[in-house]
Amino acid sequence: MDIVLQQLVNGLTLGSVYGLIAIGYTMVYGIIGMINFAHGDVYMVSAYITAIVVALLSYFGIESFPIIIVGTLFITIAITGAYGWAIEQIAYRPLRNSSRLAALISAIGMSLILQNYVQISQGARQQGIPNLLSGAVRFDIGDGFVQITYMKLIILLVAFISMGVLTYIIQKTKLGRMCRATQQDPKMASILGINTDRIISIVFVIGASMAAVAGVLITMDYGAFDFYVGFIIGIKAFTAAVLGGIGSLPGAMLGGLILGISESLFAGLISSDYKDVFSFSLLVIILIVRPSGLLGKPEVEKV
Amino acid sequence: MSHTIIKKSLLSIAVSGAIAVSSFAQAELVIGVAGPHTGAYAAFGEQLWRGAAKAAEDINSAGGVNGEMIKLIKADDACEPKQAVSIANRLVDSDGAVAVVGHFCSSSTIPASEIYADAGVLMVTPASTNPTVTDRGLENVFRVCGRDDQQGDVAASYIVGELGAKRVAILHDKDTYGKGLADATKKTLNSYGVEEVLYEGLTRGEKDFNAVITKIRSVDADVVYFGGLHSEAGPLVRQLREQGSTAIFISGDGIVSDEFVSVAGSPEYVDGVLMTFGADPTAYPAGKAVVEGFRANGWEPEGYTLYSYTAMQVIVEALKQNDLDPIKGAEWLKSNSVSTAMGVKDFDSKGDLQVSDYVMYEWDNKGKYAQVN
Repeated sequence: MDIVLQQLVNGLTLGSVYGLIAIGYTMVYGIIGMINFAHGDVYMVSAYITAIVVALLSYFGIESFPIIIVGTLFITIAITGAYGWAIEQIAYRPLRNSSRLAALISAIGMSLILQNYVQISQGARQQGIPNLLSGAVRFDIGDGFVQITYMKLIILLVAFISMGVLTYIIQKTKLGRMCRATQQDPKMASILGINTDRIISIVFVIGASMAAVAGVLITMDYGAFDFYVGFIIGIKAFTAAVLGGIGSLPGAMLGGLILGISESLFAGLISSDYKDVFSFSLLVIILIVRPSGLLGKPEVEKV
Repeated sequence: MSHTIIKKSLLSIAVSGAIAVSSFAQAELVIGVAGPHTGAYAAFGEQLWRGAAKAAEDINSAGGVNGEMIKLIKADDACEPKQAVSIANRLVDSDGAVAVVGHFCSSSTIPASEIYADAGVLMVTPASTNPTVTDRGLENVFRVCGRDDQQGDVAASYIVGELGAKRVAILHDKDTYGKGLADATKKTLNSYGVEEVLYEGLTRGEKDFNAVITKIRSVDADVVYFGGLHSEAGPLVRQLREQGSTAIFISGDGIVSDEFVSVAGSPEYVDGVLMTFGADPTAYPAGKAVVEGFRANGWEPEGYTLYSYTAMQVIVEALKQNDLDPIKGAEWLKSNSVSTAMGVKDFDSKGDLQVSDYVMYEWDNKGKYAQVN
């Protein structure tokens, strides 16, 4: 019993991070119908920024953990958001009216550029940041126990707050209405006076910001990263986005949680060797049963 | 038109003349140094390069090899088999290497060694411990480190004899080296009558191992053996402690780098971690001056640095005794001893060391490791 609960906790934290990154994939797909393959590397960049900001803050003698995490979150979101904005300007905007394939190749190129740029400027070695917050809560259940580190609790808290704030922005604010309008019909939206180019830029910034939140949380939790760390997690988050229905915001969050929990349960109860095989089999099965994903809307052919 | 042809041919005569003169003035012996310089295992490539470069520098300043100066070519295989093959081809074809120090990862060494065998190039690996490296009967392949089956024996005997553990969980990274080491340890454990309670692979490059760690807790393991490298071992041991497990963590020579501590996040997590590695390479009386030479240059010869230095010495001795012929040199090594910075080395007919010297090390709460007595 305690083991299953512990696996659920593991899966929930992992899944909430997948969900945060999946948001970037799903929103960009929703608005311009393109898979942003550089998104995993945006996450990787945010891991490096996190380490640099943490080092700077400790250099200036700041040691209180709440200040460090809040400060790191704000600075990393700002810089990573700028990366997201710049990537859209440089790699995707000039190709807005070309075929989808051109934009896709541009995205793969951008991903390679980011990896190589970080590898050359920061070195290829494994990087680590020191442990900032130790300690854990422990619940005794029968003979066993469930142990959750404070950092994991913070991950869950921050991830769900971020998702909540984003959902509020998209559903309730004027900016969110403009985003949704652009997603539904870009031409009509621009006729109605929405600056769709600006909205697309904002969507990229939002996606990068969510990846930055994930980057800060994961880097502070695991402490280790390298220039290649965006690849695996990017693929997993993309899977989560497709699983939940690409283009759908709640779908990305749901997909992330399902993927994280099922991975943990499978690895924990059956075999960790075939964990990834299982995740992707799950994806295939769901796509067979529901081709547009769990919460995705079926594509309507516009005539 | 004919004018330009004459001009060109004159130019080419001049150029070839210049090349002939320069090669006459300074004969060079090209030796490749192959290892990972990019990617997660770049720290080990650095150790290999530092060791080989220092050896070449020392040999050149003592007059070179039969009058020829060693020229090193640094090659980066990123610990990827495909890239290892392509750089092996490059070293052999365009750089004209007669010998190679390398590679690091067994999964790179194995395919690359076949290219060296075809080209008649002598290869000495300072670090690849998988049994297959020498078990294929290639006559040009040698190593100055031990084998994973020897390493697994030492680890398993320690687990059973010293720790008296009954519940052992075995993990590996599914790579040639990691799985080979885990299998070797498992085999010896089983021969002592200890059945592992868990045997699983994890994915290289991932950082979240919480699921498999919870599983380790669920089988109530008191020892966790990991076959793999420090980039996975660091997060693994940290998450093990974070989930409240006090199981003893043991690994092999794949974690022997200071980066193990930084990747784990803090020295408190590596405290008490055990690993098998060759007896302190800096402690050989024969290598005292070499170790001091490294320290004078500001480089602590950690991990495989001295192994790489030794590999270079073995190559140079074999070439020196056999008129720079790498194939004859390989044959010669199998029946002669070489004195190196790590003592006198004797090879068997497969190219393995006749005596392996694995011992157990323990990491402390300062992030340093020391031999367990």
